[in-house]
Amino acid sequence: MTELAPSSQDAMAVVRAQNLGLTFPTNDGDVIALSDVNLTINKGEFVSFIGPSGCGKTTFLRTIADLEQPTSGTLTVNGTTPSDARLNRAYGYVFQAPALYPWRTIAQNVALPLEIMGLSDKAERIARTLELVNLTGFENKYPWQLSGGMQQRASIARALSFDADLLLMDEPFGALDEIVRDHLNSELLKLWARTRKTIAFVTHSIPEAVYLSTKIVVMSPRPGRVTDIIESDLPAERPLDIRETPEFLRLAARVRDGLRAGHSYEE
Amino acid sequence: MTAMTRPTLSRLQQGLALLAGLVCALALVLALLSGDAPLPLLAFVGLGTLTLLRVRLPVPLWIDGLLMLLGAMALLQALPLFATEPAYFWLALVACWAFAWLFVERLSQAIRSRQVSGRVFGLVIPVLFGLALLFVWEVVTRGANVPQVLLPAPSQIWTRLLASVPTLVADFQQTFLKAVLAGYAMGCGAGFIVAILVDRSPFLKRGLLPIGNFVSALPVIGIAPIMVMWFGFDWQSKAAVVVAMTFFPMLVNTVAGLSQASSIERDLMRTYAASYSQTLLKLRLPAAAPFIFNALKINSTLALIGAIVAEFFGTPIVGMGFRISTEVGKLNIDLVWAEIAVAAVAGSAFYGVIALIERAVTFWHPSVRGGRA
Amino acid sequence: MRQLLAGKTAPILIVLLAIGLFWYAAAIWMNAPWQTTLNQRAGLDSVGATEFIGQTWSQDKPVLPAPHQVAGEIWNATVGTDIASKRSLAYHASITLSATLLGFALGTLLGIGLAVVIVHNDASERSLMPWIIASQTIPILAIAPMVVVGLGAVGVTGLLPKALISMYLSFFPVVVGMVKGLRTPEAIQLDLMHTYSATPWQVFSKLRWPAAIPFLFASMKVGIAISLIGAVVGELSNNAGGGLGVRLLTGSYNGQTIQIWAALFIAAGLAAVLVIAVGAAERLVNRAMGARP
Repeated sequence: MTELAPSSQDAMAVVRAQNLGLTFPTNDGDVIALSDVNLTINKGEFVSFIGPSGCGKTTFLRTIADLEQPTSGTLTVNGTTPSDARLNRAYGYVFQAPALYPWRTIAQNVALPLEIMGLSDKAERIARTLELVNLTGFENKYPWQLSGGMQQRASIARALSFDADLLLMDEPFGALDEIVRDHLNSELLKLWARTRKTIAFVTHSIPEAVYLSTKIVVMSPRPGRVTDIIESDLPAERPLDIRETPEFLRLAARVRDGLRAGHSYEE
Repeated sequence: MTAMTRPTLSRLQQGLALLAGLVCALALVLALLSGDAPLPLLAFVGLGTLTLLRVRLPVPLWIDGLLMLLGAMALLQALPLFATEPAYFWLALVACWAFAWLFVERLSQAIRSRQVSGRVFGLVIPVLFGLALLFVWEVVTRGANVPQVLLPAPSQIWTRLLASVPTLVADFQQTFLKAVLAGYAMGCGAGFIVAILVDRSPFLKRGLLPIGNFVSALPVIGIAPIMVMWFGFDWQSKAAVVVAMTFFPMLVNTVAGLSQASSIERDLMRTYAASYSQTLLKLRLPAAAPFIFNALKINSTLALIGAIVAEFFGTPIVGMGFRISTEVGKLNIDLVWAEIAVAAVAGSAFYGVIALIERAVTFWHPSVRGGRA
Repeated sequence: MRQLLAGKTAPILIVLLAIGLFWYAAAIWMNAPWQTTLNQRAGLDSVGATEFIGQTWSQDKPVLPAPHQVAGEIWNATVGTDIASKRSLAYHASITLSATLLGFALGTLLGIGLAVVIVHNDASERSLMPWIIASQTIPILAIAPMVVVGLGAVGVTGLLPKALISMYLSFFPVVVGMVKGLRTPEAIQLDLMHTYSATPWQVFSKLRWPAAIPFLFASMKVGIAISLIGAVVGELSNNAGGGLGVRLLTGSYNGQTIQIWAALFIAAGLAAVLVIAVGAAERLVNRAMGARP
């Protein structure tokens, strides 16, 4: 795909949105979920989307995944349309809930996309991705035999199993308690460092966004739009206690300011 | 998704449109060759053939609906004209059915993409389907001279129904107003009271509940001959069968419903130092209402079945089940259908009344609030 | 002992025991008037209480036969009679059973097929679903005599008419249950399949079908029970064909109460075995699919 790209800067772009808009028709009139979004996600970046509910962060992620169709503007994924990117199996998607199939074991759940895509060497891929999320040894357990955090890790393994370079994560740890969430956050950073994937991550937690990201996209609702894009200057190596450093707190304050500037806490 | 923006035909719709048009064309040729085809039928197959033009220009879905109506009327008009229906008559019927199907397909597509109101036209589709079924029934039974003992035409049934209103009313009074209502009230009432009593004893609950569940799956209706021996031929024996059939579903559902209140809600009542009867009346019975109404609804159908089937085992010379079994013996199948039509209306109305009461009483329940659960 | 009382077995046994005792008592009470008449006719004036009770429990055509009389009749009419004989209850039970199973199989297949169509096609859902739900509220069993006689008039007799009634009855719960079951997958599970660009067949075979299996079994339990009822009621209209329904009917014509009760218990036992069999199949499938025990 890189050969086709017109410039070296574009070659780095995994996701590129230009004047992107999306309007849902509802019975109470139109809802503008996304309005004039301009954004580029480059290869290897960890981009967080943060904002209050209704700001369109999840909608944007779903649009990248071809789960929603934009009504205006352009959006390319790996230089192609989202629909072609989906057919090329360009991304793995992690939902808010694990959405594991209760009638499949963990290994069989991870094998689900492999079966659908007709990929070979299933056993090797399952072993490798379960090892990445520290679930080796749980292959033959059923989802209900695992804790919520482990289930979500299994769903991440499922998204990684077919080696897509882009990982789309929609509040994957939103339903977990903070202790488990801290642990999974640092695990996710290690996984990102090992696999060099591009990650788009939706969250509503400021510390989570700052801790994980190389780039934080602040969004605000009515209409859903991007109000600020913050490049993080935190070092690549991030122990959990980096969250007490002044640099971290300064970034967090800037995100909070961005959210407040979007008038998102009114009403 | 593309269908939402562009009202093109799906593959199924294209197939149906092609089928309708081609069958019309074939029927047109045959009708013209025969020379004595009735004019409305000719008009229908002619216009139907013209819809083949839709490969070039779009045909709105209303045209398909109008063609369906025209076809139906032409077929009904042509029905008495032939001794044996010619091939083009049947082809026209197939085409008419295809137009109806195509119309329904396109209409539901239009509802889905919010081009027309789902509230109004959502009702049109099932009504249309019912009418289409009746229509095909009428045309096929009369057109193909289906033996009356196998299946009488709807018009025949309707005539018979109008002609035998006094008989049907008497049967309805005997079976429904006496046996069903009395048995239903006693069976449901007894099941409810026993459930409340049993509820106080966990031991009895554990013993009775599995047995109740088990009995609900048994062919309780088989006790009908015994009840006829015990309580005589009149409605009392039928009511007894109804009591036996409705008791266990009510018992099992009420007991299950009484354990629906959550422990938080129960703890709340405890903190108020509420008495047993206060907790029962203010918390547990309201919480159990969806279950109780579920049993009431199941039982409304069971009661009617029980009373009718029990009458197969012997009655005085009146009653819906009696009428069905004796008229079947005399091969008066149209009267049997009339009786079944009455039973169907009575059953749906009975169920409908209880469902309406349920909506009023359990308005707070998600299944009622959400409309379609 | 405490553990036994806390479980289900002991309470069930005690309730069953109570029912049995009540039954024997009711048999004395209900058969007493006729027994008194009999004794007066025979000129027996002074019958002891124990002997009188014994008499009420051993009448020829009692109003309420005692449990041991019914059990004896069941034993005589199954084990004690040649299975090919028309007096054998096992023979009649097998006739009813085959009609039930044939109708149940047809009804389940039809129900699944229709549910698949309804879930995948908007127009058929809108056309069919309201009628399917409405027809559950009408006493469909009333058409049984007509089906049997109507088909008999055109030469279709034997198993098929009864099986058709059973099919008709068992098909409704399967359609309704399966439509619900095939719809259980949540939006995110369907989205997941969409992100994999799964084909409709893959969505069906890997998601909808396995998700619907619990609903299928729940519907099949209801379906097999009413299949049996349909077969029995269908038999009421065809005396020649045999079956448990015919035994009920002839018993009722001849006042053979013991025969009625025996047929009734065989029918109940058959229903129990069938429901338990479906339940066992359900547990097997559940275990294979890793359901929580």
